[in-house]
Amino acid sequence: MREKNKNKNHDFIYFITEGISNMFTHGFMSFAAIGITVACLLIMGTFSLVAVNADATLSKLEDENQVLAFVEESLTTAQARALRDDILAVPNVAGVEFISRDQAWEDYIADFPEIGELAGDEMDSSTLRDRYAIYMDDLSQMADTAEAIRQIPGIARVNAYEELSDGFITLRNIATIISVTLIAILFLVSVFIIANTIKLTTFDRREEIAIMKMVGATNGFIRWPFVYEGLLMGLLSALIAFFLQWGLYHLVTSGISTNDLFSIIQIVPFSSLWGAVALVFAGAGIFIGVGGSLSAIRQFLKV
Amino acid sequence: MIRLTDVIKEYSNGTRALNGLDLEIKDGEFVFLVGPSGSGKSTIIKLLTGEVVPTEGRVMVNGFSLTNIAEWQIPYMRRTLGVIFQDFRLIENKTVYDNMLFAMRVVGATPKEIKKRIPYVLRLVGLETKQSRLPNELSGGEQQRVAIARALVNNPSTIIADEPTGNLDPARSLEIMTLLKRINELGTTVLVVTHERDLVNRFDERVVMLDRGRVISDAVGKYGVKANA
Ligand SMILES: Nc1ncnc2c1ncn2[C@@H]1O[C@H](COP(=O)(O)OP(=O)(O)OP(=O)(O)O)[C@@H](O)[C@H]1O
Ligand SMILES: [Mg+2]
Repeated sequence: MREKNKNKNHDFIYFITEGISNMFTHGFMSFAAIGITVACLLIMGTFSLVAVNADATLSKLEDENQVLAFVEESLTTAQARALRDDILAVPNVAGVEFISRDQAWEDYIADFPEIGELAGDEMDSSTLRDRYAIYMDDLSQMADTAEAIRQIPGIARVNAYEELSDGFITLRNIATIISVTLIAILFLVSVFIIANTIKLTTFDRREEIAIMKMVGATNGFIRWPFVYEGLLMGLLSALIAFFLQWGLYHLVTSGISTNDLFSIIQIVPFSSLWGAVALVFAGAGIFIGVGGSLSAIRQFLKV
Repeated sequence: MIRLTDVIKEYSNGTRALNGLDLEIKDGEFVFLVGPSGSGKSTIIKLLTGEVVPTEGRVMVNGFSLTNIAEWQIPYMRRTLGVIFQDFRLIENKTVYDNMLFAMRVVGATPKEIKKRIPYVLRLVGLETKQSRLPNELSGGEQQRVAIARALVNNPSTIIADEPTGNLDPARSLEIMTLLKRINELGTTVLVVTHERDLVNRFDERVVMLDRGRVISDAVGKYGVKANA
């Protein structure tokens, strides 16, 4: 019969316009639902990005396998060079390389050219110390070796990456745990809020729904506008969250990279992350939106 | 064709609304369903639309057996029916035309079919000049004609109406009933539930009378007159 084949065409225009108009019927609720979902995605994204950067920093540290020993500022460069033999005498030290403050400054400028420009006359090599890069035979003894080097007179500080590594491992683990927990909770909250927004629309439209059933609309057809409503809210949330995340990431990472203290952190540029962020946000948005609408309309799937 | 065989309907609170009911309505018939309040008339309508299921017995509607119908088939069964209620059930914020459009669109009619069909049914019910009105800008009789047009718009084989004139004055009621008879003459099976004896008696049609969930008379002719069908 003609009804049968008619039902196959998916009346996309109808569903999407109904979905959009549903969204605006409860403007405030939709706004709140989108706001919560954006917050959920942002928190999830932020902790994931922290974990990503901690991970990148860790693998950078592992690649370098080196410890930096900073020479006391009161020593002249010649005196500083003289410490080389003392350091080589420490067990487990495989090799040392002296890096003068001038050279360290040049390396630094080379790594972060924009900082060089910013720094101008305010900063120069005198803000840095002479240092030794020290390579070891056995990385697992890093802590003991670093401690022995620290005892050498004239050495001010040893940058024991082991401690740093531990710090980053902790950071990554905490970020991962927090993000997993928060994701679970916030997902549920978002789904719940979106579901309730859509429930309001189904309540508003109960007479239309009754008429649709009476004239023989399929459950699928009745459901689609609500699914699109949820989908739209989810995708809109993903879009907003994406741009906010981008801005936030830019703000935080530029803060970190202009600060000497954080120079150890390996910052993954957003340009190599945006695809993944967009994909994850879109996926999460779709999941939350469609999940919310399906849980809202479950009740009238029957008869 | 509609056929109810040995139908018992007991609601969850224990009320037995239908108690061994047999009824057959052939294609093209016009049938009045009458009976005292609580005799089970609306229950029959709800059984036919699939809104409630029979406790026992068999219900056939236009080739669908409602006793063991798959859920996904119910919408397709409903498309063979046009349903009309006392309270019109129009969408208040849609115009007459848009109410028709809605009913066609939700069962997947094409724009071409819609453009042809809506003017036709609006002319049939005499509302072609009022298609841009909202329901509350129409009289009760006109609103019921919109409801009839909507019931017809998807070209069902059967119209079932539960007290379609319950909210209308006698003159409007006669108009509506005459319109339903006219639709029947164009080939649609019509089942009308009504209380109005005078109205029924103006037509020389089959009258099925219920009492306490059973058919107590089934005759062509006058309301209340017992005869062989
Ligand atoms: N949903 C329900 N739950 C329980 N009992 C019901 C339900 N609907 C109807 N009944 C009962 O079933 C019986 C038949 O009701 P029905 O509505 O079919 O009568 P009716 O003939 O349409 O009456 P009326 O002329 O007043 O509309 C009545 O006793 C009624 O109280
Ligand atoms: Mg009734």
